[in-house]
Amino acid sequence: MVLSHAASDSDVSVHSTFASRYVRTSLPRFRMPENSIPKEAAYQIINDELMLDGNPRLNLASFVTTWMEPECDKLIMASINKNYVDMDEYPVTTELQNRCVNMIAHLFNAPLGETETAVGVGTVGSSEAIMLAGLAFKRKWQNKRRAEGKPFDKPNIVTGANVQVCWEKFARYFEVELKEVKLREGYYVMDPEQAVEMVDENTICVAAILGSTLNGEFEDVKLLNDLLVLKNKETGLDIPIHVDAASGGFIAPFLYPELEWDFRLPQVKSINVSGHKYGLVYAGIGWVVWRNKEDLPDELIFHINYLGADQPTFTLNFSKGSSQVIAQYYQLIRLGHEGYRNVMENCRENMIVLREGLEKTGRFSIVSKDEGIPLVAFSLKDNSSHTEFEISEMLRRYGWIVPAYTMPANAEHITVLRVVIREDFSRTLAERLVMDIEKVMHELDELPSRVIHKISLGEVKSEDNGDNMVVTVKKSDIEKPIEINVKKSDKPIFC
Amino acid sequence: MVLATNSEEHLHSTFASRYVRAVVPRFTMPNNSMPKDAAYQVISDELMLDGNPRLNLASFVTTWMEPECDKLIQESVNKNYVDMDEYPVTTELQNRCVNMIANLFHAPMGEEEAAIGCGTVGSSEAIMLAGLAFKRKWQQRRRAQGLPTDNPNIVTGANVQVCWEKFARYFEVELKEVKLSEGYYVMDPAKAVEMVDENTICVAAILGSTLTGEFEDVKLLNDLLAEKNAETGWDVAIHVDAASGGFIAPFLYPDLEWDFRLPWVKSINVSGHKYGLVYAGVGWIVWRTKDDLPEDLVFHINYLGADQPTFTLNFSKGSSQIIAQYYQFIRLGFEGYKNIMENCMDNARRLREGIEMTGKFDIVSKDIGVPLVAFSLKDSSKHTVFEIAESLRKFGWIIPAYTMPADAQHIAVLRVVIREDFSRGLADRLITHIIQVLKEIDGLPSRVAHLAAAAAVSGGEVKTAKMSLEDITKYWKRLVEHKRNIVC
Repeated sequence: MVLSHAASDSDVSVHSTFASRYVRTSLPRFRMPENSIPKEAAYQIINDELMLDGNPRLNLASFVTTWMEPECDKLIMASINKNYVDMDEYPVTTELQNRCVNMIAHLFNAPLGETETAVGVGTVGSSEAIMLAGLAFKRKWQNKRRAEGKPFDKPNIVTGANVQVCWEKFARYFEVELKEVKLREGYYVMDPEQAVEMVDENTICVAAILGSTLNGEFEDVKLLNDLLVLKNKETGLDIPIHVDAASGGFIAPFLYPELEWDFRLPQVKSINVSGHKYGLVYAGIGWVVWRNKEDLPDELIFHINYLGADQPTFTLNFSKGSSQVIAQYYQLIRLGHEGYRNVMENCRENMIVLREGLEKTGRFSIVSKDEGIPLVAFSLKDNSSHTEFEISEMLRRYGWIVPAYTMPANAEHITVLRVVIREDFSRTLAERLVMDIEKVMHELDELPSRVIHKISLGEVKSEDNGDNMVVTVKKSDIEKPIEINVKKSDKPIFC
Repeated sequence: MVLATNSEEHLHSTFASRYVRAVVPRFTMPNNSMPKDAAYQVISDELMLDGNPRLNLASFVTTWMEPECDKLIQESVNKNYVDMDEYPVTTELQNRCVNMIANLFHAPMGEEEAAIGCGTVGSSEAIMLAGLAFKRKWQQRRRAQGLPTDNPNIVTGANVQVCWEKFARYFEVELKEVKLSEGYYVMDPAKAVEMVDENTICVAAILGSTLTGEFEDVKLLNDLLAEKNAETGWDVAIHVDAASGGFIAPFLYPDLEWDFRLPWVKSINVSGHKYGLVYAGVGWIVWRTKDDLPEDLVFHINYLGADQPTFTLNFSKGSSQIIAQYYQFIRLGFEGYKNIMENCMDNARRLREGIEMTGKFDIVSKDIGVPLVAFSLKDSSKHTVFEIAESLRKFGWIIPAYTMPADAQHIAVLRVVIREDFSRGLADRLITHIIQVLKEIDGLPSRVAHLAAAAAVSGGEVKTAKMSLEDITKYWKRLVEHKRNIVC
């Protein structure tokens, strides 16, 4: 057989994609290749590798939006080449951001006059939003202490141990001490009383979470507010609250409008929410809103005079795409209150379907509450022969990505599986998931227990604890796919 | 007139429906939903009044990519980049980009050694991370020596982009700026090294100054700093802000030593969305070695057994731009980037020649550096560059006019950035329009003279030509305050 020669340059355009020599060469990894390749080849090579990524819509670990209407996709692609920060060149896009900020501030009952503009900004996500809010609190506290002639070198922030990792980042990067209220079995959010006990003169703020990452619960911000008001009166301090409503901010106003958690509570000074979670926009947008101008120290703001009007900016990022801001505005006007309420109610219904399906198997205890974020967190009633991590692993074979986590201190012995119900998780998918979980349980029952095997190998302790056998299993690398080894604590990163 | 009932709504063509009659919501969310085509149309129409990104000659940020890449971007728009476990291929593409960039900058790595760096949302985040690393290293060093750590500072030129000011203010580091002077619009290495003291966490040099596109002399800075460090025993290092220049110098000026070839350069940032040729939203930061990034700033994730360190300010974000950057690297390769940069330089040269031929302008930018043309009026006594910028808007061009920072505030320039998609045809057309605008303006009464007259009447003192120019630029500055630093 005659070997064909490598294609000459003039023949390259003739070859169909998989006949060209480009799919025969090894993909560059460490260095830029010397030569160019045709665009179709580049597209195909990358597209094919990406096939091995998970399917975003089956990723039940994430709160972040994975589907938007085609009309919105069209707006997104049309604005992909707009650099958001060029406010002078793109005044309409800038105005859309301002409108979103106002709408969100009103949604959170910020005390604004009829035509008063809200104080807030669009960010790349809740991480940036939280850092900006924290920075504002830190600066206000420093100014106050300096005016009182007191030391200001030891700021701290009080939160629950269930906080998302960005609070740890904020603390570490901006040199603020993080004082965490530990959890306990059965109580997986911050206890307001314990929090207020930990507050001292160096506390810049107390951060409450509306929609805990681990089990979707809303923390009792009203109770925290009332206790803090008392403490402030006793001590003469003025400790404020920041509400991390990354997930809950677009749920509570529509499903639980009577729940007081926002600016209706006087000590709440700033709130962040992720546009890319239940704001129903793709990854890349968050919002932070302050109660009023006094809560955002002026020295942190850079002023741009935009066609004569004052445009204050206060973000960590600068150049970034405009698409998500436009998409957020699209959602706010396209859906309106009614639309968001319908979507959230659907999520809640599907969450109940899933929860009931899991309860019916008789094998799981439900750790999440019905009130809160539409998600189901559940653990095995009996994890002596198999663990939640194995279930998570086996569900992957069916295409589902369902994460398993351990709770943070002091409930590290509790492991849960968590399914987040997003807008695009329909009832049929919920029913299918229940079926697949039942299949997995059936398969696991047939398998020898890895746990028992480990006990026999001496890798695992087993001790009698009254009626129960308490088994402590050492997790292998595969079983702890999503743990962050952060100093002094373990934090699940998925939000 | 009968208002449409709900049941007939779907019959109405877009502009017949009642939604285009309603007031657009501004302050509060509307109570009811509206059909998706109406929402699309309402927003799309308002956005028509934004500037055309491709005619925005103020920005270095990419405004055009190939359709194949647009396709990849669209397909990955719903991928949250931070889910490393779910999207291992996307994560690996980022790592490959970091390695390619580190090698491009001659990071001292072994053959299979992985580079230290990460993708960011832009150079702002990259610079904050780099600054944070320097600050932490300096604090550790000082603490080990038992010296105070409460007054860190950073030395840069006054020509720095605003993100350095942000870094300084948000992370509580003092910014010590080397002032510019007329004719010298970048940081003077000798003056910079003079300003260094024991509290300096690093010196930041810019490869591709925002104002004039010039490359700062990083080699000279390195050599002077090496001397100073040897004298004093301090360990002050260099960060190179190569936001614009990082994807130009390696292709057009490969012999220019500005990167990790210089021993005191410890970290470099570059904007993927400038001459990296990707849409807005991606930057890169690379450190020389592991030692230059303090461990306690890094969060570790165990990704399928392998250690995945992360150190970014942002968390959830889109994956599209990372994938697009990798596309550009393998699609263009070294040869492709070189061709594009050479084209940009040719077009910049053509534009410069055309502007010089009018006889009315001084060229402030150099030929070596970022492909842009910065020019000022030879005679600003009657009309200013701000008027020219305003008039060019009529033709659709967005060309910014800036004043230089201290101590050259009386110099005002127009600046045109040549991007990949600014062809020769557009350059010729721009020259034609500039000539036209000059003609028109000559015919107009001078706003400048009017202002000077008003100022002279109120001030009472005799003003020199330089001073009146300052007044005028102050007047215009009110309208465009800080714009010189914001648009990049």
